[in-house]
Amino acid sequence: MKLHELKLVTIIAESVLEDHLVREITSCGAKGYTITDARGEGSRGMRTAALGGQNIRLETLVTDEVADRVFDVLHDHFFPHYAVVAYVESVQVVRGEKYT
Amino acid sequence: MPSLELLQANIFTPMVLAFALGVIARVVRSDLKFPDALYTALTIYLLFAIGLKGGVALSESSIADLWKPALATAVLGSMIPVWSYPVLRKLGRLKRPDAAAIAIHYGSVSAVTFIACTAYLDALGKTYEGYAPALLAIMEAPAIIVGLLLAASRGGAAGKKSEVLREVVTGKSIVLLVGGLVVGLLVGVDGFAGAKPFFVTPFQGVLALFMLEMGLVAGRRLGDLKKAGPFLIAFGIVMPLVNGFIGAAAGVAAGLSVGGATLMATLAASASYIAAPAAVRIALPEANPSLYLTSSLAITFPFNITVGIVVYYFYSDWLSGVLA
Repeated sequence: MKLHELKLVTIIAESVLEDHLVREITSCGAKGYTITDARGEGSRGMRTAALGGQNIRLETLVTDEVADRVFDVLHDHFFPHYAVVAYVESVQVVRGEKYT
Repeated sequence: MPSLELLQANIFTPMVLAFALGVIARVVRSDLKFPDALYTALTIYLLFAIGLKGGVALSESSIADLWKPALATAVLGSMIPVWSYPVLRKLGRLKRPDAAAIAIHYGSVSAVTFIACTAYLDALGKTYEGYAPALLAIMEAPAIIVGLLLAASRGGAAGKKSEVLREVVTGKSIVLLVGGLVVGLLVGVDGFAGAKPFFVTPFQGVLALFMLEMGLVAGRRLGDLKKAGPFLIAFGIVMPLVNGFIGAAAGVAAGLSVGGATLMATLAASASYIAAPAAVRIALPEANPSLYLTSSLAITFPFNITVGIVVYYFYSDWLSGVLA
């Protein structure tokens, strides 16, 4: 099967940001995403958001351009004030046309 | 002043003792933990049950008297942040976003404190207006809007107010409370009879279980008390006493019964920890969550459920004697 080179963007963030992140990455051009609950500790301290959730881990398969746009948005609107971790990996994806 | 007996009657209840147990469990680092899904389920049950019971009570009484208490509640909710903010800024020397965030939390309401107060009134055998849960719903949002305006006009940071407002108004607590009221009103006493064994009899037990979880959550915040400092600790106790008095006076003036005025005082005195933190985290991200969550959860909430609601009952009882 033919493989496509794509970017896997992973964002780990406070769960209150879920709706906002989804809206932002969709408007950047992401075609889909996967969200799982997450827990952990980092420079902003352990996430013990008093009530209603901890962290989420959002993953999305996108093109290079979309990944750049997502990181710009994160840089401008999310990194300054929220606990957010984001990274990108190059991955080989089957049926890559679904994501572009 | 509140008699010791009444205070004891409020403290030695499953609800308050369960809260204390939760705090202790946290302090001794027990592995006791509530699954998220259970916490959510208990919240849904409590909010919907309190709405339903109010609606059923309302089906037997008049809704025409609602407008005065409703107006008083909305005004209270909007005004509490206005006088809390300068206190936090000037006396507490807090930064603008922090002061606005805390003002929002104290203007908004804690549904569980309200529910604890209804349980206390039930134990005393005092009645209250059936539409009281509607007042709870009314008071949730105005403070958040006013507080964000305060933050914006002084600091210029808050954005997306309409979106924040929509999220608060369509949030689960308002939907369940108002939805429950309407359902209760439509089904009436006879229609409710079948659901009553589920929503009324186990209510105190479910509340006790929920309080256990609240104790765990508050216990987790105890370590932050040092960071909060003496001002915030004093604020978390004095502010509810002041706001509770104003709430009781407003309730009596709006024509509520002693029980109803106690509930309005409790609404004015309580600090939010569900709707407000979520809204503030989005709209005022520069505010430090450990300040507003600690004062609301680890100081004001325990104070209100143990001592506060007893004091508010006395306020209301005394004021209705004076003003009547």
